[in-house]
Amino acid sequence: MLIPCPWCGERDELEFSYGGEAGVPYPADPAALTDGEWAAYLFVRANPKGPFRERWVHAHGCRRWFDLTRDTATHEILG
Amino acid sequence: MSEGQPDFLWRSPEPRRAYEVVIVGAGGHGLATAYYLAREHGITDVAVLEKGWLAGGNITRNTTVIRSNYLWDESAAIYEHALQLWEGLAEELDYDLLFDQRGVLNLAHTLQDVRDSRRRVYANRLSGIDAEWLEPEQVAEVCPILDVSPDVRYPVLGATYQPRGGIARHENVAWGYARAADALGVDLVQECEVTGIEVERGRAVAVRTTLGRIAAGTIGLVAAGHSTLLADLAGVRLPLQSHPLQALVSELYEQVLPCVVMSNAVHVYVSQAHKGELVMGAGIDAYNSYAQRGSFHVIERQLAAALELFPLFASASVLRTWGGIVDVSPDASPILGPTPVDGLYVNCGWGTGGFKATPASGRTFAWTLAHGEPHALAAPFSLDRFATGALVDEHGAAAVAH
Repeated sequence: MLIPCPWCGERDELEFSYGGEAGVPYPADPAALTDGEWAAYLFVRANPKGPFRERWVHAHGCRRWFDLTRDTATHEILG
Repeated sequence: MSEGQPDFLWRSPEPRRAYEVVIVGAGGHGLATAYYLAREHGITDVAVLEKGWLAGGNITRNTTVIRSNYLWDESAAIYEHALQLWEGLAEELDYDLLFDQRGVLNLAHTLQDVRDSRRRVYANRLSGIDAEWLEPEQVAEVCPILDVSPDVRYPVLGATYQPRGGIARHENVAWGYARAADALGVDLVQECEVTGIEVERGRAVAVRTTLGRIAAGTIGLVAAGHSTLLADLAGVRLPLQSHPLQALVSELYEQVLPCVVMSNAVHVYVSQAHKGELVMGAGIDAYNSYAQRGSFHVIERQLAAALELFPLFASASVLRTWGGIVDVSPDASPILGPTPVDGLYVNCGWGTGGFKATPASGRTFAWTLAHGEPHALAAPFSLDRFATGALVDEHGAAAVAH
């Protein structure tokens, strides 16, 4: 799989590490959450079959984090 | 078609419009659940719905390793229950499973591996599980083709050994359970995809499928990598991520490998099937996927590790590689039991290690469905452990990488 690093261009997947679902904000007031809400923040992530907005880091390159959208059913990178 | 085998081992009935229990997923765990519901609880008004074909998923994509040498008491208890069921299963199902207790070695390559492995041996013994620590020369006695010389990249510093571990022929396991469940009156319905789950006042009452609506008193989701997609239909979010897990086989060779060999540190596990193929598994691909295939570098790394351990394999050719989709939970332990929706239960999260658990998973889940509360062996694996914090952390502790 070739992954488009926004800074380095397309590079082999081996240069990257995976970061899972993108756009999961840290809770604004963690102490106000119930145990269930905290568990959901810690442990539950989207797991769609199809387009998925996800985090990657160019670990063996520029070492920057970025988001991309990839289809989890085909591995096609959508942008 | 094997000689003496009937054309069909089970009926393929049209689904009725209502069942006492609907199981979603005709893999090993779903079929075993249906069998034990009928056999041990007298509940035969059961349908197993399968979107593809029976046993087309992970039950026939795994590397067939069976062992119970897990670190934590909760895990050891359910996997050892499975191993004890395996020991009588062919007779119970009256179907040859080629279950072969040829022993399982888990190699240690670093001093930390050695410490962790010995700790696991002691924990296993306290749980009544057969476990031994072997020094390198003893490892070589058990598995003569393994390179235990000290001057290699990943020297073998010893291994844990479970003599009662082994392998079984995975498709026979599915067919054996399917045939037995069918004979007890369970409807096995293939090419029937669940597209919706109807929830009324907090209770699941029916599934919508490509073959129409089917009402259900109780619904059990047993769908491995597709579990979150099904649970989402009922508004239940599960803490699971789906990943490819790859495996490969070589061409057929004479029997050279007398036991199962697993190595956590170098990410490979190897056994030799009765027909003669060397069967090897890798670690998961890091990214989420439903594609039933993974990246080539994972296979490459796995083979590099295998060649390091078994110089003899250098002349072997890879016949084919494939992938399955495994549902990995945050603590690498299964999720088995009720959900926040009444009447809706899940049996999932087995990740990379579900095959060995098949009999215990099916038996304890059937008990759970029949009683409406978790079986004692399943209780530690309830969904609410993620809120209470009582995790069963088998990541890296269970003798093999997850």
